[in-house]
Amino acid sequence: MSDKVLYVMYDDDHVLKHSAEKLVSKGVKIAEVFSPFPIHGIDPIIGVKQTRLGIMAFLYGLTGLTLATIGMRFFMITDWPMNIGGKPNFSYLENMLAFVPISFEFTVMCAAHGMAITYLLRNKTLPGMPAQNPDPRTTDDKFVMEIRLSDNHQISESELDGMLQEIGYLELDKKEIK
Amino acid sequence: MEFQITKKAKNVAFGLIGLGALLTIIGVAVSASDHHFTTRLLASGLISGFFFFALGLGALFFLALKYATETGWYAAIKRVIEAVAGFLPFGMIILGVVLLVITFMDGAHIYTWMDPEVQAHDEMVRHKAAYLNPIFFWIRTIAYFTTYFLFWRGFKNRSLEEDRVGGTELHFKNYKRGALFLVFFAVFSSTSAWDWIMSVDVHWFSTLFGWYTFAGMWCSTMVVLILTTLYLKKLGHLPNVNDSHIHDLGKWAFATSFLWSYMWFSQFMLIWYANIGEEVVYFQTRIAEFKLLYFGMFIINFAFPMLILMSRDAKRNAGILVFVGLTILVGHWLDVYIMISAGALGANAKIGALEIGMALLMAGTFIFVVLRNLSKAPLTPVNHPFLDESNHHEI
Repeated sequence: MSDKVLYVMYDDDHVLKHSAEKLVSKGVKIAEVFSPFPIHGIDPIIGVKQTRLGIMAFLYGLTGLTLATIGMRFFMITDWPMNIGGKPNFSYLENMLAFVPISFEFTVMCAAHGMAITYLLRNKTLPGMPAQNPDPRTTDDKFVMEIRLSDNHQISESELDGMLQEIGYLELDKKEIK
Repeated sequence: MEFQITKKAKNVAFGLIGLGALLTIIGVAVSASDHHFTTRLLASGLISGFFFFALGLGALFFLALKYATETGWYAAIKRVIEAVAGFLPFGMIILGVVLLVITFMDGAHIYTWMDPEVQAHDEMVRHKAAYLNPIFFWIRTIAYFTTYFLFWRGFKNRSLEEDRVGGTELHFKNYKRGALFLVFFAVFSSTSAWDWIMSVDVHWFSTLFGWYTFAGMWCSTMVVLILTTLYLKKLGHLPNVNDSHIHDLGKWAFATSFLWSYMWFSQFMLIWYANIGEEVVYFQTRIAEFKLLYFGMFIINFAFPMLILMSRDAKRNAGILVFVGLTILVGHWLDVYIMISAGALGANAKIGALEIGMALLMAGTFIFVVLRNLSKAPLTPVNHPFLDESNHHEI
């Protein structure tokens, strides 16, 4: 299905935010915003959902804790009981205190790496992946709002053009997507 | 001023004071003939005296930290912090009186090193006498009290003056004084914990002890700040304090409870691992006499805030915050209780009418003083340079 995309460019994040507010109040759905830095407060305006990365972090942390416990129990108790400082070396539970720092570190490591990798994957920004921003200037000093006509069936293209004229912008770029 | 103590709040505060006094009297009547009665009475005074003094001190520290870091978000709740810090003079009087009575009773079996008898026979105490002697102890205690009081008075006066004159001159003065306070506090928070609490177990020492005590105090303070802010919000005050402020306070309580757990565990694990007789004796007493309470207290203060306050929504929910807050507030009181009681009374320690009464008595006083402080100044510092930032705080 063919679609038409409008790239509306601004040179100030606040101006973009206010324009987005006006457009949304007229019922326009904005698909995406490209910006060199995070724009504070844009998420609720264009309807970005709360991130679920925190839940994933918790799950990765639990994974790390479990792996660390299984690993240490095997290495230090089952496979090769180590006698360190005369501590009981036949029981994980009685030696638990000694394993807490490693459990903690491994939990943090798994949570942090898991989060970072998930973030990169989800955003399709792993090293070497093709860039998705429509204009290289959005990594410098320009801000672009992406509006898809397929998201806005109730509004015709000319109506949208009129609205944008009224609100104002720096540049307007239109692209056909096949 | 805009905030008036409600009749209900006054009744609760005086009710707590009355109930506390009644329980204390019952406790005295029941156990006056007890062999350890004086020690128990003074120990319970020291426990609750220190705990509530520490709430005020923690708020003063937090205020100084905010000044020194030129933080913006807290401006809308600054008066709450100041009101809690305003308990400091009262806390000092209570703690000072308790310490004075203990000194006049030659340590009252709490600070055994004050006892000339012990000094004469105990080799280790004799070697520590250069630091741990009543005169130097009081020089230090007065130095702490004076320093804290002067800084507190300075912050308070400048804060009220800022309401009148505005400008940034006072702000930069607060910035410098805040940083200076932190320098003093860095040393005093450790040494005062050694003097007032660690010296109860006079043969034992831990370099970490000061930070451990400080972390517990900071966590309790954050909880009190949350509870006070939520109370004022519920009454319809503090219109500019939004969910984000509450969320930030919740994060502080969450983080400081981790800091406390981290300190507790570091101290415990290193001593457990090294297993040196003179060090493990501290934990042996606690495990022998307070096993359930000691580890239960740790679980409450660590696991409760960790599991319940972890999510973002929980930190914005008043009900959850109040529930977790009150629980760990009791948990940290228990922490101080075990810190002092285990050394002073050992197997004879128990939580009875005396301890609970004393705690309620001081809790009532604390609530009344904090609310009275709140009613004395406008709840919003009108000329704080970061007030606008704070009003638009959003995370």
